[in-house]
Amino acid sequence: MNLELTVNGKTQSMQCEDRTLLVDLLREQIGLTGTHVGCDTSQCGCCTVHLDGQAVKSCTVLAAQADGSSITTIEGLAHGDALHPVQQAFSACHGLQCGYCTPGMIMASTDLLRRHPDPTDEQIREGLAGNLCRCTGYVNIVAAVKQAASLMRAAGSQSA
Amino acid sequence: MYPFTYERASSLQHSVQGLRSDPEAKLLAGGMTLLPTMKMRLAAPSRLIDIARLADLRGITREGNTIVIGAAQRHCEVAADPTVRAAIPALAELAGHIGDPQVRARGTLGGSIANNDPAADYPAALLGLDATVITDRRSIAAADFFLGLFTTALEPDEIIRAVRFALPRRAAYAKFAQAASGYAMAGVMVAQLDAGIRVAVTGAGPGVFRWREAEAALAGKWSSDAIAGCALDAGALNTDLHGSAAYRAQLVRVMAAQALDRLN
Repeated sequence: MNLELTVNGKTQSMQCEDRTLLVDLLREQIGLTGTHVGCDTSQCGCCTVHLDGQAVKSCTVLAAQADGSSITTIEGLAHGDALHPVQQAFSACHGLQCGYCTPGMIMASTDLLRRHPDPTDEQIREGLAGNLCRCTGYVNIVAAVKQAASLMRAAGSQSA
Repeated sequence: MYPFTYERASSLQHSVQGLRSDPEAKLLAGGMTLLPTMKMRLAAPSRLIDIARLADLRGITREGNTIVIGAAQRHCEVAADPTVRAAIPALAELAGHIGDPQVRARGTLGGSIANNDPAADYPAALLGLDATVITDRRSIAAADFFLGLFTTALEPDEIIRAVRFALPRRAAYAKFAQAASGYAMAGVMVAQLDAGIRVAVTGAGPGVFRWREAEAALAGKWSSDAIAGCALDAGALNTDLHGSAAYRAQLVRVMAAQALDRLN
């Protein structure tokens, strides 16, 4: 089938099978391999991207369902060389060890910060309930999200 | 996944015709159960008719003493909706704890109840709140809709349009979620309706059911103490790797008490 997607701000027409998963289209056809496949059973959240602004598991969305939509992947978060505040905070707080879950963690975190700009620990843990990390024990991930929240609030108050 | 044909539905009527013309066709809404099932090759529909964007299935409206929620409303939308939160906070709360945030961003009310997973949350809401399922051709009371394990009263070509919830006097939902999946090992909706008291249980048995002994006890005394000694037949409950039937019976008691304590 033919479809049209806006991926990281760039609108493109492409073809795929009706059964192609969004994650496979992103990785194999568009070459955006920052979106990982961890479990392929919608448990782990490594494949999280934003579909029309909302975090979804791209291993459980058909590319066809996303036809006409706008998608942001981990590659679309930074502005040039300037990392997104959530990326900065994951780096500064060492919110990762092996890094495999990190793209999904960051995409889920940006979505939760949209809903909760000043989140409690509980809101962070609930907001990341769909993302599994098998290295960190989550402590530094929660710290990173808190730091990102304060970075983003400070940036928001400066620009206001 | 085995190959299939995808089409985006243009209207409710065309979707009904699509189901009639191809018995192997399936409706696709959020896809949070259907797509994983297809990936496991446990289902192999010939055609998916994507009804997620049909305007007929969208919207949340207050109509008199009821709230009508479109079948394609996603869990995150129900959880965040100001009308639902004000009128039936227990329903918003329930929707806000289905699965995880990414699942709630895609999964729909209609998809959940059409699937009737015995551990899904929404069936407890519909049965506990005495809701009515509105399809393309008729209205079905929740008590007549859920027929047990993955089975409903829907005809093969019938499509859920919306669910009508009468406003309860008060209601609360408590669930003990399986840690990995988020599905209920026991979820209990306790409600005081104009029609009487309802205690609806999901996750513990082969399908959602009313715990009538608890309803009778609560009619005498509206308190968590009242249900402590109520009979609950563990023989009818599930045993699996997550817990025995006796354990689930205990969870049902504890969840019912927690729901009641939230209201008192």
